[in-house]
Amino acid sequence: MVTALKERTTMEATVPVQQINRQENILSINNLEIFYGENRAVNGISMEIEKNAVTALIGPSGCGKSTFLRSINRMNDLIPGAFAKGEIIYEGLNILAENINVVALRKEIGMVFQRPNPFPKSIYENITHALKFAGIKKKSQLDEIVEESLRKAALWDEVKDRLEKSAFSLSGGQQQRLCIARTIAMKPTVILLDEPSSALDPISNAKVEDLIVDLKKDYSIIIVTHNMQQASRISDKTAFFLNGDLIEYDHTEKIFTNPSVQKTEEYISGRFG
Amino acid sequence: MNSKTADRLATGVFITIAIMITAILAGLFFYIFVNGFKYISFDFLTTPSSNVRAGGGIRDQLFNSFYILLITMLITVPIGVGGGIYMAEYAKPGKITDLIRTCIEVLSSLPSIVIGMFGLLVFVNTTGWGYTILGGALALTVFNLPTMVRTTEDAIRAVPQDLKEASLALGITHWHTIKTVILPTAFPAILTGAILAAGRVFGEAAALLFTAGLSTPRLDYTNWNPFSEQSPLNIFRPAETLAVHIWSVNTQGLIPDVEAVSSGSAAVLVISVLIFNLAARWIGRIIHKRITATK
Repeated sequence: MVTALKERTTMEATVPVQQINRQENILSINNLEIFYGENRAVNGISMEIEKNAVTALIGPSGCGKSTFLRSINRMNDLIPGAFAKGEIIYEGLNILAENINVVALRKEIGMVFQRPNPFPKSIYENITHALKFAGIKKKSQLDEIVEESLRKAALWDEVKDRLEKSAFSLSGGQQQRLCIARTIAMKPTVILLDEPSSALDPISNAKVEDLIVDLKKDYSIIIVTHNMQQASRISDKTAFFLNGDLIEYDHTEKIFTNPSVQKTEEYISGRFG
Repeated sequence: MNSKTADRLATGVFITIAIMITAILAGLFFYIFVNGFKYISFDFLTTPSSNVRAGGGIRDQLFNSFYILLITMLITVPIGVGGGIYMAEYAKPGKITDLIRTCIEVLSSLPSIVIGMFGLLVFVNTTGWGYTILGGALALTVFNLPTMVRTTEDAIRAVPQDLKEASLALGITHWHTIKTVILPTAFPAILTGAILAAGRVFGEAAALLFTAGLSTPRLDYTNWNPFSEQSPLNIFRPAETLAVHIWSVNTQGLIPDVEAVSSGSAAVLVISVLIFNLAARWIGRIIHKRITATK
């Protein structure tokens, strides 16, 4: 009798928790392993990525954080010999499965790279490039999305008078915000950022950081960074990677003030890495 | 010798080499122009050639050279660029790809006279066409295709991986990325490859001797029907090009003014190649500016 009740309460208790989880988490990673040929770069990690939050991935070079990030929109498919085991669940689907439409997936999970990589086209065309491919052809609609996404990327005022100019005429920081703008223009749900401000000067860096915090309202953001201050300033949760293992994953405040693993503390206090 | 002297010495050696190359080129141009320029006249360019009498022009040969060039490029560029795209973007590393690459390299090192013989066998005899412009163009395609594939492959591989990833990460398919990002970025290098290939077509004689032939039928430039015997546009007629003409008047010409015709033709040939080169680069630059929005 007592045990039955216990079981009931646990069941009742778990059901709502799961529902809340489903609303709160955008991605759940289960036992993910990533290999480059024989080498294992990521050793079976499991974590939940919160919706409308900034999740920072930190760790020394070669710890597997970028590899992990690139597996979320299947960019590792481009690397010969790379393959992943385990699960990344997004909207009930394992996106690592063979039959996933990678092109459609990448529209929902966008990515911004370490080095600004605008297309050798005009500023306007940089944003419309993917939109046109997605079937939006009407000039008025394109204009609208270009303005909206440039505004969101805090670039509109700087470029509105020279949209037809080459994207290469922009500064590095502006180019990176343009890259963010063209990702936003696709209206993704998740944005992956791979050290987006490491190649930028401090002022551009600050702008990009402000932008990321701002974007949290509409998107779920995962950012790889080598900059501890950046992680602590902008992220809600932080994951610490070391040698392909997920060492610790918690609220950013907890990680930076009172980490529960010795290694994490050593890393964030700059004792290695 | 200390490192400073070595550095100066190296600089000196490279400057000398550069001067030598420029001098050879300048000397060659000078020789051709001085010898040939005086023979170029409006008449020379607009009268048909003569087999026995003096005073023949090069009207048909000049036209044939450009026409064979056009037909050759129409065949070479699409196949060559397609092959280059395959080698750079689709071919999986492995034995078959290595085999294809070896074949391309062997093909590009074949002597052009051998390609001419092959052309005679396949495009002249087997097809039963006889000496034709099309046969000549196909032989030149065999000759140029390896270079075209190779330059396209190199041009595509030189496009930063960043750009490709940027496009794919926006949910754009591989093919659309190739079409709209990779090819436009690689365009200047591909164009250079095409211009080099075109230069070889202009200058090629050996491969055309047995495929496009040594004669040109009487042409009527007002006849634009490509199926008519007299039409210059007919691709199933024999056609002697300028380079072949230079060779033939020098080796078996009966005309008394061999010197004038061959020197004049050589000058026209060089000028044509120059004009073609500059024009192609100029047009290429305009296209590139338009697609990349640079000023």
